Amino acid sequence: MSQADADRLIQMLERVPYARFLGIHAVLAGDEMTAVLPYSPHLIGNVHLPALHGGVLGAFMEMTALAQLSIVKYPAGHGLARQPRPVDVTVEYLRSGRPVDTYARAQIKRLGRRVANVHVEAWQEARDKPIAALHGHFHVTPASSEHS
Amino acid sequence: MPVDEAPETRIGDAPQAVALGIRTLSVEPGVATLTAPYRAELVGDPDTGVIAGGVVTTLLDHACGQAVYMAIGEPTSIATLDLRIDYMRAAEPGLDIFARAHCYKVTKRVAFVRATAYDKDPEDPVATAQAAFMLGTRGPPAQIGDKRTPAERAKGERANAGDAE
Repeated sequence: MSQADADRLIQMLERVPYARFLGIHAVLAGDEMTAVLPYSPHLIGNVHLPALHGGVLGAFMEMTALAQLSIVKYPAGHGLARQPRPVDVTVEYLRSGRPVDTYARAQIKRLGRRVANVHVEAWQEARDKPIAALHGHFHVTPASSEHS
Repeated sequence: MPVDEAPETRIGDAPQAVALGIRTLSVEPGVATLTAPYRAELVGDPDTGVIAGGVVTTLLDHACGQAVYMAIGEPTSIATLDLRIDYMRAAEPGLDIFARAHCYKVTKRVAFVRATAYDKDPEDPVATAQAAFMLGTRGPPAQIGDKRTPAERAKGERANAGDAE
């Protein structure tokens, strides 16, 4: 990931009010982006377990997908003209979200000229024990359609 | 049914619902209607001012969970298995979001729910959702018509004992 991409990704998360509301930030290592949702009491949905709100996990993974898409590149080298919009998302809940920090990584399975398919997985203590997964389609607008 | 007479809901004790300003507008058996106010800090696209999809996701998930409680009619422990959301259009900036969820089927262990989110007209939805919930994830499952408390069920039935978290 170039420094320009890294800057764009961090700037995107800083610009989105709802990402700030949840407290999301990104950690970059080489070409991999890991989104981080630091634990905060306002993210709890069930105080008895306690557990993170299922909606928050879905929202976090959706934001992770948007962050990954913000630095996507078509083969010709251009990216997206504007922030993608979700078309549909399916969230699978695998384990209860405990009151600790949560991480997520997104994989763009296909980048088309109109739609991108993205898979996201979220985990806490162990990467191989995911707590939730998201599969989604997003409307995309290439920055320069004549090149795609 | 007046909201304050409804069975235990997650509204009062879910910090995330409080943080988003989610309120329950009405409930009836198997159905719950909730709202979340438009707030600048919940915007997902700063260029358009459209509220984040994630806020709609949380409102729909919350409404679906409450519809399950309204179908079962008593406090129980539930866990979302999956949640599918279709986004029909961007919500109009400045408008509050509403969600109406209907728990249309409850089996011994699973509840199935459909929900719609809208800003002005329920017939012109912002998003629709389909969700499935596991019931009785902590202790024996609840069933419609079973008037026993979870503690009483725990004494009389151990069928689900192995599933407890």
